[in-house]
Amino acid sequence: MSAPEIYITADCVVRDNKVISNGSLLYAQEGAAVTEFLEGFYRHLAIDYPKFFKMDRLSKLGLLAAEVLTKNGRQRAYAPENTGIVLTNAQASLDADIRYYASVSNLPSPALFVYTLPNIVIGEISIRHGFKGENAFFVSEQFDPAMLGFYAGELFRTTPTQACMAGWVDVIGEKYEAVMVLLEKEAAPGAKPFTTEQLTKLYATDHGAINANA
Amino acid sequence: MEQLMQTLKEQIIRQLNLNDKKPEDIGNDDPLFVEGLGLDSIDALELIVLLQQEYKIKLANAEEGQTVFRSIRTMAQYITDRQAQDAAAS
Repeated sequence: MSAPEIYITADCVVRDNKVISNGSLLYAQEGAAVTEFLEGFYRHLAIDYPKFFKMDRLSKLGLLAAEVLTKNGRQRAYAPENTGIVLTNAQASLDADIRYYASVSNLPSPALFVYTLPNIVIGEISIRHGFKGENAFFVSEQFDPAMLGFYAGELFRTTPTQACMAGWVDVIGEKYEAVMVLLEKEAAPGAKPFTTEQLTKLYATDHGAINANA
Repeated sequence: MEQLMQTLKEQIIRQLNLNDKKPEDIGNDDPLFVEGLGLDSIDALELIVLLQQEYKIKLANAEEGQTVFRSIRTMAQYITDRQAQDAAAS
């Protein structure tokens, strides 16, 4: 699927109130609702980015996963134009759409309205990290590693892309899931080849089997 | 006026999701936009919604917002003046 010179240099899986990166547990908050969990992880990362609190939950989830990739990854100082983002999910921006719709009965909220597109999460990540490269957001019924691999691979093959954040970021109600990888053209210690099998394996990460000693 | 400014700070924090701020972090004369509280254009729209929701006040024109939303004090003064006008007219 993907060109052999592309590598996964960092990964992040967020589900079941746990954040796992490169096989290690970074954060857990048992019993917390989605917003509480995301804001708890934000504080755990000690990020100073007040705009976080204004974002919808899809953007919060994507931004935090991206933060993990940049902190734990071996991303080099690529030109902003050479770092891309490709994200996918099943619910698009429905979580924000429902909240906005609820506000319409009174006075529609402009702050909710601006998040009623799924690709806004890409914009928020780009603003935070200064990325200006290629980007795309696809909606599919389920995580599709073949499609993700093909599209990201084409970005590396046909554009000046040197690094790319790619993956699945989905939120609806109390259900949420993020599976994101940092892709780079050059291998680094611990890097894995970017293949459908690797993405499938990452998506199947069993959070219950990973603990703080992993 | 002091009580109104305190109430406005609490309402702004809630309406704009400024979860990392407390009312005491916001000075009565601090600029609300760019420097100071660092609000942006979407926040400006939310402040207009706040005025309508909480005080039944609609801005007469967009330019008015630049002076009304300069600080907590200018907002409170605007609300006080508009309420006085409405009371006089009724």
